[in-house]
Amino acid sequence: MALFGKKTNYATVKVRKRDIPDGLWVKCPSCGEMIYKNALAEALGVCPKCDHHFPLGREERIALLTEPGSFEEWDADLRSADALDFVGEASYAEKLEQNMRKTGQKDAVTCGGARIGPHAISLAVMDFSFLGASMGSVVGEKITRAIERGTARKLPVVVVCTSGGARMYEGMLSLMQMAKTSAAVARHAAAKLPYITVLTNPTTAGVMASYATLGDVILAEPNALIGFAGPRVIRETTQQELPPGFQKSEFLLQHGLLDMVLHRRDLKATLVGILSYMTGAPAATPASA
Amino acid sequence: MPPFTLPFEKPVVELEEKLRELRKFSEGHDIDVSAEIHKIEEKIRATRRKIYEDLTPWQQVQIARHPQRPYTRDYIATVMRDFVELHGDRVHADDQAVVGGFATIGAHRVMVIGTQKGRDTKSNLQCNFGCAYPEGYRKALRLMKLAAKFNVPVVTLIDTPGAYPGIQSEERHIAEAIAVNLREMFTFPVPMVVCVIGEGGSGGALGIGVGDRVLILQHSYYSVISPEGCAAILWKDRAYADRAAAALKLTAKDLLKLGLVDEIIPEPDGGAHADPAAAAAALAGAIGRTLDTLGKIPKAELLDARYAKFRAMGVFTEGA
Repeated sequence: MALFGKKTNYATVKVRKRDIPDGLWVKCPSCGEMIYKNALAEALGVCPKCDHHFPLGREERIALLTEPGSFEEWDADLRSADALDFVGEASYAEKLEQNMRKTGQKDAVTCGGARIGPHAISLAVMDFSFLGASMGSVVGEKITRAIERGTARKLPVVVVCTSGGARMYEGMLSLMQMAKTSAAVARHAAAKLPYITVLTNPTTAGVMASYATLGDVILAEPNALIGFAGPRVIRETTQQELPPGFQKSEFLLQHGLLDMVLHRRDLKATLVGILSYMTGAPAATPASA
Repeated sequence: MPPFTLPFEKPVVELEEKLRELRKFSEGHDIDVSAEIHKIEEKIRATRRKIYEDLTPWQQVQIARHPQRPYTRDYIATVMRDFVELHGDRVHADDQAVVGGFATIGAHRVMVIGTQKGRDTKSNLQCNFGCAYPEGYRKALRLMKLAAKFNVPVVTLIDTPGAYPGIQSEERHIAEAIAVNLREMFTFPVPMVVCVIGEGGSGGALGIGVGDRVLILQHSYYSVISPEGCAAILWKDRAYADRAAAALKLTAKDLLKLGLVDEIIPEPDGGAHADPAAAAAALAGAIGRTLDTLGKIPKAELLDARYAKFRAMGVFTEGA
């Protein structure tokens, strides 16, 4: 082993090749591939090697789904209030401040009117980067208004979901958003209008047990974590090994809990096609995607 | 079941023990201790009142979980007549964590639906510690539909730590079962009264928790997450449950202040477990009065008012 034990006259610096720090590259958490950021954006936030779907910001999501220039935002200036004066390790007020600074957004959902193919719709897009897209009063109110506008203006509603669940810092006010949003869905449904939800990684707990699951048609992105209770809670409560792929999109599809699992690039065309059946509008040309 | 004492109930239990000894002593001896006995009885009442006036939110949670607290079936047995229990979701199973059927409360014939906890290992295994599976929520929905079809008011009794977090629960889609209930409970044109009688555990409670009035027994709690769960997330340690309980504003008083419940039903001194019959009478009285009021409201207004009630929940600011 003399060859390896030999003393050198120079210091060696270990560089882990895949930790390139300059921010131009992103590492795929699934396959480890280094992806040039611009290339990732061009690929709609999908790893070109393994099809891992990265989280998509709200602007990118709106651009992906709607006709250029057609999105008109509603209720942009709703802000959460710290109704409980919640103080944990950090106060809720501080958390909100931090997240607003980090994201440049006021809360976890953006809603507005838009066109998708030939269809005018009411659209809501949730964004995990703001406090885990947890549902507090603002998320509940904006979703409810988006659905109510859909009902009033006879528009289909599309909600792109992601969420860790209810927003603990708002206590029971957040739980009641489940009832409030579901009530709005009930009225929209009674008016026989299309309601489609798109579940992205992750969609869980309070959001999953309300409007996310109430879609006439439910679509999901591949390999997204979707469920009610978190996997850790289930493992701890039941002391059972979870089956492979448990609570992933494909698992839910197999169990008959959603309609389809779609690659992000196919999402818009599929939505347009389904909406055409529901509204009786002329079918869109496949090329419009 | 042997008596169960919460740590903060100890002073009362010690006094009660003293009282028992004194009575025994007076039986064996020819000495009049009635003045002493009277004094201790008075002291027990005062001590109990003092303890129960100054309960912390965490102590409230412990009372709501007291193993001798009356459960759904106890209330049905004590203050409801002619109970006809109905079973099953017609799809998968008959979840024992949800009890339901026709019952009569005072002058009112109702469909009563409640989550049920067990008292011992056997009954707890049967009803899964009060944690319903999807079939429990679907059974509740079936019974509500039945009630609506025959114009029978619905009364729900909530006492659950939460919906069951398990593999089969997810496979049979617990999220869908709760979500569908939430949506459908806004469509039944019959009076609906919700009563939180013990633990109101998050979505599992809300799954039978939409109605025209939400009543809550004084020492119950209703929370978006268990204090232990909240503590584990915020303080990385479940031992901080007392702080979490305070932060979550989960007591009946707090919820009334926030406009999330309509009425607090007072419990006897020492909590419902100290005098189950009195607690049951108070609950039945409140349900009866509420049904009297709701019965006078035209059906169409009922649904609009129910919508408006939940629509108004939430606190936020608007404007640049």
